[in-house]
Amino acid sequence: MNVLPDHIMKKVQDHPCYSEDAHHYFARMHVAVAPACNIQCNYCNRKYDCANESRPGVVSELLTPVQAVKKTLAVAANIPQMSVLGVAGPGDPLANPERTFDTFRMLSEQAPDIKLCVSTNGLSLPDCVDELAKHNIDHVTITINCVDPEVGEKIYPWIFWQNRRIKGREAAEILIERQQKGLEMLIERGILVKVNSVMIPGVNDQHLAEVSRVVKSKGAFLHNVMPLISEPEHGTFYGLTGQRGPTQDELNDLQDACSGDMNMMRHCRQCRADAVGLLGEDRGDEFTLDKIENMEIDYAAAMVVRAELRADVIAELESKRAAKAAKQNVVSLVSLSSAPALRPVKMAVATSGGGVINQHFGHAKEFLVYEASAQGVRFLSHRKADQYCAGDTSCGDGESVLGMTIKALEGCEVVLCSKIGFEPWGMLETAGIQPNGEHAMEPIEDAIAAVYAEMQAAGKLLVQPAHQLKSA
Amino acid sequence: MALIINELCVNCFACEPLCPNKAIYEAKPHFLINPDLCTECLGDHDAPQCAEICPIECAIEDEYGEVLNPPGSLTGIPLQALQALHEQSVLDKAAARS
Ligand code: SF4
Ligand code: SF4
Repeated sequence: MNVLPDHIMKKVQDHPCYSEDAHHYFARMHVAVAPACNIQCNYCNRKYDCANESRPGVVSELLTPVQAVKKTLAVAANIPQMSVLGVAGPGDPLANPERTFDTFRMLSEQAPDIKLCVSTNGLSLPDCVDELAKHNIDHVTITINCVDPEVGEKIYPWIFWQNRRIKGREAAEILIERQQKGLEMLIERGILVKVNSVMIPGVNDQHLAEVSRVVKSKGAFLHNVMPLISEPEHGTFYGLTGQRGPTQDELNDLQDACSGDMNMMRHCRQCRADAVGLLGEDRGDEFTLDKIENMEIDYAAAMVVRAELRADVIAELESKRAAKAAKQNVVSLVSLSSAPALRPVKMAVATSGGGVINQHFGHAKEFLVYEASAQGVRFLSHRKADQYCAGDTSCGDGESVLGMTIKALEGCEVVLCSKIGFEPWGMLETAGIQPNGEHAMEPIEDAIAAVYAEMQAAGKLLVQPAHQLKSA
Repeated sequence: MALIINELCVNCFACEPLCPNKAIYEAKPHFLINPDLCTECLGDHDAPQCAEICPIECAIEDEYGEVLNPPGSLTGIPLQALQALHEQSVLDKAAARS
């Protein structure tokens, strides 16, 4: 995040979806008010929620604007950390302008302390920019998978445009032009724009570095590359024609290739679009329609509590940031003096927050992946342990869940956790991943640096991996 | 002369605001077209708007039971793959009506 301009940094640093620090303190929620869509993507089947924007196969509860506002107020009053409301589907919010903007209008009046965000495919965006600018819009997310119609026609079978269904190259040309125009118009009006791309191997993977360059040059503040999800049972074109998603390593490589270009959102979880709560948790069950129907909400009182909490959290975040900055100076001094010919190592960490290693391996729903190198320790990404396991009956037994977790850790050589069972220990070792429970409750960066130093002392960090040396 | 929305409709709301005659209405279990109001968009548009935007293959049919968006026409998914996904009901509908 350090290359973001200051005024943008200010806007995103307390944002639960973007700030690595803030997501433990602030929460976001989404409401599903926008069922209609005006384009078709090959990774989506409209019989279900969009697989790549939300959790596949989970159909969101469609709300009217009035219900959505009631739910938002109920959540904001009960979870004072809730700072951002997103409208993200199940269709395209801007293909449902009345429903989306009714929701925004009511919230701007009734809850001016809630920021709003909206995700769109961009087709209707230029027509909506002026209306968007009237509200308390935190940022707009545009899903841009290509800037070249030749790539686009392999992703979008049709768009609905000026009263006609348009297919093929022409559809992709129009969509791309509208996305780029919408992006430019938002930037002109000073609205933050984030760009999402779905990485589709063999279709746009080579092209996304170019997308990254273009959207950054126009002023997008983040480019978030998400892996294609294409299980056949989701019924999408890609799922049924055998188009695979990227491996974790391919995704990391692309994010690395683009990160020189601009800020990549490394810690995005493809969160369920209708989830409620801090990232990685879902308290949606407490706020179902029948429950909020009977809730008494005193929003004026809630606003006072919310403002106090916000001030406290920001003070805490700032002191943590200052402490971290002071420490980083020390780390970089140490690393300057170390020998440069060491290879980097990826390590996974099980943590439930607070910047320390404090989670049992078996309880981790996701792992933080860091890269240790002679230059120091840097955060790479989050990996979901249950990414391919949405809780359906086909993956209930422990062994296959463990297998998935190990697959999710592909490319990591060490996994740090507070504790780990005997059986997973053996399976991890067999898979070439060294479990390590010796650094429980230690700060993540320090523990990784220590393990890296141990590996160096043991001669495991020569530029070529040990097994290649043996066979040579 | 009127189009019909059948049970394949997923209630996505896309067609409703587009109808020049306000013939489409929300109903349970799915959206419906009032046959007295539907003109198949003649005089207003070159193509019936509901069928132009509807994302669900075979959900809209004409008065002869012919579907306006046959299987595979919107998604490009090969018919065998649709069969494998237990979309047989869609295929049966297309076959029976055409
Ligand atoms: S064909 Fe045209 S007039 Fe008839 S329901 Fe569809 S949109 Fe309305
Ligand atoms: S567009 Fe098709 S699926 Fe959507 S509500 Fe209309 S008929 Fe139903």
